[in-house]
Amino acid sequence: MSSAATRTSQSTPEAQSTRDAPSPSDAPALSDAPAAPDTPAAGTPSPTEPVRPAGLRAAVDYADYRLVPARRPWRWVGTVLVALGVAAVAWSLATNPRWEWGVVAQWFTAKSVVNGLVETLKLTAISGVLGFILGFILALMRLSASPLLVSVSWTFSWIFRSTPLLVQMLLWYNLGYLYEKISLGIPFTDIRFFEAQTTTLISQFAAAVLGLTLNQAAYSAEIIRGGILSVDQGQLEAAAALGIPAWRRSTRIVLPQAMRAILPTAFNEIIGLVKGTSIVYVLAYSELFYTVQVIYNRTQQVLPLLLVATLWYVVITSVLSVFQYYIERHYSKGAVRTLPLTPLQKARKFLATHAPVNTAGRK
Amino acid sequence: MIRMSTTLEAPAATRGLVEITKVRKTFGPTEVLKGISLTVEPGGVAVIVGPSGSGKSTLLRTINHLEKVDAGFIAIDGELVGYRVKGNKLHELPERDILKQRTEIGMVFQNFNLFPHLTALENVTEAPVVAPRPGKPRRSQAEARARGLELLDRVGLRDRADAYPRQLSGGQQQRVAIARALALDPKILLFDEPTSALDPELVNEVLDVIRELAKSGTTLIIVTHEMGFARDVADTVVFMDQGQIVEQGKPQDIFTNPQEERTRSFFSKVIEPAFNI
Repeated sequence: MSSAATRTSQSTPEAQSTRDAPSPSDAPALSDAPAAPDTPAAGTPSPTEPVRPAGLRAAVDYADYRLVPARRPWRWVGTVLVALGVAAVAWSLATNPRWEWGVVAQWFTAKSVVNGLVETLKLTAISGVLGFILGFILALMRLSASPLLVSVSWTFSWIFRSTPLLVQMLLWYNLGYLYEKISLGIPFTDIRFFEAQTTTLISQFAAAVLGLTLNQAAYSAEIIRGGILSVDQGQLEAAAALGIPAWRRSTRIVLPQAMRAILPTAFNEIIGLVKGTSIVYVLAYSELFYTVQVIYNRTQQVLPLLLVATLWYVVITSVLSVFQYYIERHYSKGAVRTLPLTPLQKARKFLATHAPVNTAGRK
Repeated sequence: MIRMSTTLEAPAATRGLVEITKVRKTFGPTEVLKGISLTVEPGGVAVIVGPSGSGKSTLLRTINHLEKVDAGFIAIDGELVGYRVKGNKLHELPERDILKQRTEIGMVFQNFNLFPHLTALENVTEAPVVAPRPGKPRRSQAEARARGLELLDRVGLRDRADAYPRQLSGGQQQRVAIARALALDPKILLFDEPTSALDPELVNEVLDVIRELAKSGTTLIIVTHEMGFARDVADTVVFMDQGQIVEQGKPQDIFTNPQEERTRSFFSKVIEPAFNI
């Protein structure tokens, strides 16, 4: 609490000084400008100039005047309040012994936890990639001219978006109860190329990947379709008029432009998927979340271990956010007149402009 | 600023004959083309004028099969667009063959339709590398690049080759679009109101490029509202209204002495007498 208190005392005088407007430094700029035309000494209007009301006159050259930015006292009030809140939270996190940071640190890089983390990343990567590939195909089906393809794609999204993921997961895992054997062959004949017991085929891992992939595909199909629809029809027309083949039209002309609309939502989905993988604990599959559960059931250190899992999720999400930033920047080529600076470039520019003179930014 | 290169094939126009025969097209309840017939000679410049909604743009888009016709047919140098004759039947061509035909028909759009994520040069070189051209091999990247720079030079934009469309003015964008259409060495160029989306002071830079093209032996079919330009550049002016060709003729005849009442009333509205004519 003490750190927060010092912050308030520091900022109070500043906040007050903004309220009594013409502080000593502002005085010349504020009082000179409007006064100049009235005082006979300044301005020296020539006798030939037509007489105008003093308020409309703009004959004075303001080039040498110093610019004073408008004061924004409420921004300071807001800043102080938020800083107080942040400080309070940080303080309680650091000082409340019940968070048991020692235990967190002990388990954070424990072998079993790291193994769980790897499983989580594996599930995310596999079902993310497969989900988006299937989603892309579903999106193209939905946009095709064939009524059958459209309705199949629509039905797929409808089913998988309306069933809880948990139910899907359990259903895939218990598929052996519904169909004892899975076989690949020519329908309506006895020819079989491949046949296996369902239970041996669908392991926990397979059920997890199946469930996550199909669910992900249903959502990403809609995201990709939205992205494709956001591209101007004229682009396709121009490409067709130039004789560019259909596949090339999609991949070179439409998709790169659709990506701008797809990426933010797609990353939302992937980040959701990272945490969504925790649902496979119902299959007793030892990814991060299940591993942590197993550990705290043994040690009874529930909250610290949940914190371990949470921190790892935060780390993954942060890394993904960095990727997102750079990938989005790549696809904004041509959409903005000048590319925004990367954080690194910004930092370099800040140092370059602020190093020699501290007030360089104000002029 | 704009100079013509000498590399154009067939200067004395032996190719690019466009024959449009009794073409009909219906959108929902409205018939936008009511049996249009029009012939444009190789190397000719036809300018189509008329009130909005008269079917000018639709007619233009049927020529490269962006719009399928409901009846009638269009032939380029005697070859049907979009169909193959077999016995006494017309078979619709597969997409690949239609793309091939389209590479001989360049098109310039009202809204430019440049690819915003590609630079000016990439816009120009994209099609020659990937499009299937009849009787010609696809260009290599290097060839396409050299040719692309040459074309950008021709429209006065060689120094903006690496700019993205959004970094160019409207007039510059349209000139890039013209270079892009030329990159496939088309026999025919279609212009769909190429200056309608431009600020008035940018119109002339685009019209100048088209004027130069008119002398090059490529067949041009231009839909425009610029009557002064039409008078300058056209061999034939075609006046369309309500899906029909009302009148066509040489510019000096049709502008000064229109035969039809509808033509006369249209021109009296769109031409400022002492200024354009």
